[in-house]
Amino acid sequence: MSSSSNGMSTTYAVYGAILAIAVVQVVVAMAMGPSLGRMLILAAIQAYLAVMFFMHLRDEKSTLRLALIPGTIFVLVMMNMIWADSFRLIHMRPFAK
Amino acid sequence: MSEAVLDHVGEHGAGVMEERPFAIPSSKLVMWLFIISDACTFGAMLFAYGYIRNSAADWPLVFESASIWNSLVMTFILVTSSLTVLFALRAAQADDRAGAFRWTMITAAGGILFALLHLREWMNLIGEGLRLFQNPWGAPMFGAAFFSITGLHMAHVVGGVVALVVVGIGYRAGRYGTKHIEIWALYWHFVDMVWMFVVPLVYLLNMKR
Repeated sequence: MSSSSNGMSTTYAVYGAILAIAVVQVVVAMAMGPSLGRMLILAAIQAYLAVMFFMHLRDEKSTLRLALIPGTIFVLVMMNMIWADSFRLIHMRPFAK
Repeated sequence: MSEAVLDHVGEHGAGVMEERPFAIPSSKLVMWLFIISDACTFGAMLFAYGYIRNSAADWPLVFESASIWNSLVMTFILVTSSLTVLFALRAAQADDRAGAFRWTMITAAGGILFALLHLREWMNLIGEGLRLFQNPWGAPMFGAAFFSITGLHMAHVVGGVVALVVVGIGYRAGRYGTKHIEIWALYWHFVDMVWMFVVPLVYLLNMKR
């Protein structure tokens, strides 16, 4: 198992970084307003740290990373096709009284 | 010769089989496949929430700063429980059964505490009039979006707690091995990762301004 190759100091640093980003998210949202882009970027950094270091995907074979990551990102990106219809609804407001 | 090859030689008596392409046990690969499919499920739910939020003219911004700080405390508990499950895995790899059991139970306790804090948040909102399809503030679908996303996440937390307790007890009794702790640690980290998206998208974007 590959997890033993990570020292605990790295684990603690990742733990601290994830928590620090969580605090930054809240402080930024309260001070500057919660921008969707900023929130998503910070969440993506947290998720990257969790997947690579806590879940040890970084230490697995690259074939596993290639099998898992591009397909998942592709599916999530394809879900973005809903936005056109969502904007159509806000402009047409079919349920407005 | 790898473990995979030896397994096949043992089963079939002769011949050298191809190595496992990912160099991980099948059970761990299955957990990874579950995790990516579940990530797509949560992704779809968050996209659906974004869809109805974007298309509603009177989407309510309901979360007071107390709720936001509560979500930060919940994040702290969940991320810390991700750290403790790593301690459990490390202890299991060192064949320290008592230590692995102790850290697994501490992780499960973190999950229970998280679920209790979440339930308190739910009860506060229900007390203020939030229901699945109605609320006193605006777009009626807010309740459906909030309860479905946080409810699905809480179901994952509760399921993870049950799995960790079962595996922890089984590991101490010798019924389960290190790989079982590792597989459920993966699941627990995934639950943690989902929360990292739920907080900004569901709580922070719906904060009172």
